[in-house]
Amino acid sequence: MFSLANPKRFMDASGKVLPWLAVATAVLLTVGLTLALSVPPDYQQGDAVRIMFVHVPAAWVAMMAYGLMALAAAVGLIWRAPLADVAMKTAAPLGAVFTALGLVTGSLWGRPMWGAFWVWDGRLTSFLLLLFLYLGIMALGNAIEDETRAVRASGILAIVGAVNLPIIHFSVRWWTTLHQGESLLRKGGPSIAPVFLWPLAVMALAYTLLFFSLWIVRMRTTILERKAAVLRITGRA
Amino acid sequence: MNALRSLIARDLVLALRAGGGAALALAFFAAVATLVPLGIGPDLKLLARIAAGVLWVAAVLAALLSLDRLFQADFEDGSLDLMALSPLSLEAVALAKIAAHWLSTGLPLTLIAAVLAVAYGLPANGTGALVASLLIGTPAVSAIGGIGAALTLSIRRGGLILPFIVLPLIAPVVIFGSGAVLAVLDGLASGAFLFLAAFSLLAVVLSPFAAAAGVRLNLGS
Repeated sequence: MFSLANPKRFMDASGKVLPWLAVATAVLLTVGLTLALSVPPDYQQGDAVRIMFVHVPAAWVAMMAYGLMALAAAVGLIWRAPLADVAMKTAAPLGAVFTALGLVTGSLWGRPMWGAFWVWDGRLTSFLLLLFLYLGIMALGNAIEDETRAVRASGILAIVGAVNLPIIHFSVRWWTTLHQGESLLRKGGPSIAPVFLWPLAVMALAYTLLFFSLWIVRMRTTILERKAAVLRITGRA
Repeated sequence: MNALRSLIARDLVLALRAGGGAALALAFFAAVATLVPLGIGPDLKLLARIAAGVLWVAAVLAALLSLDRLFQADFEDGSLDLMALSPLSLEAVALAKIAAHWLSTGLPLTLIAAVLAVAYGLPANGTGALVASLLIGTPAVSAIGGIGAALTLSIRRGGLILPFIVLPLIAPVVIFGSGAVLAVLDGLASGAFLFLAAFSLLAVVLSPFAAAAGVRLNLGS
């Protein structure tokens, strides 16, 4: 694991893993979407329940991405590992996109279900704040010229955000809530019918692999870009 | 301790003298609070209902807009390098600067808010609750804002980045701050004051470390 911190070894290993990951993502997405479109309509929500299969995994991956980004930021700050810096920097836009995807699909679902595209509900609002946090981390990284400083500064912000996110989440939930409560990880087992649970599980896995595939692609591209920049400066290209 | 006190005193003098920006933050706060009724209409009943939220948001904006010089001025003229070399740790320097910012901005904002609350038609118990919530909550704004100021100190045109990165982080202060006032107005028992105090304490204790890390990062060559 630690030997992968060397960018050269990372490039070799990720180059081998990436095609498999991409194929697995494509297969799982195909299977998951087919399952999602073939489940019977919900007795209450009708066909709108299918939005859940693209909405819930996006929200999960958005939160997972934040956790991984903050972890990479901590590793980069503590061990000064260049690869962790690359990982941190490239995770932020991906997380922002998944957060936005969660918000957009959620509002499309909210229109038929709640009668409004947007309600000022606890979970929705805390997710919007998560998006702002992602955008702030990206903006800070872009605004600082020195590349190492930019990554470290946005890394500190990511860690501060990680400490603060649970508080934001609970305070916003205290503020007001309309979104349904936890339906999977709760006492007494999941409250979702098994028919819907399977496609959801496949889609969650597909989204996760999609995130990792895109993350690796972005990391590889960043490393290659830096190599190209160095070659250009030293005049060997 | 002595060094800490003299640093706070120095920053206070710098903030209060001409060009320090403390008075400007207060004027900005009053101007925003005046603009809202112009946009919404002079209905006192409505204004009393939204007073807590409006004044809290305006206070947070005024405090954040006055934060960008917190470290930047000292960074540009080299004083920050001397502070880093002084026996005082950078964490203590950050704490002193945050304290000075609160004394020169958060505290006066709280006092002016009491006057504005009356103008908004907030009843006496609501005004008392608003002043108490601002008194408890604004230290958190200065503290978390201090992190933002430290992280953005090397950005020359960072005027909007600082509020943008800090605003999501201080959402709990606004929620509990105005929530506490609304609970008092409605005669409800609520833990908002306790949550606000807990958040504020946590922010004041933890923020100097993050702010110092941000300063260190920008000073290191």
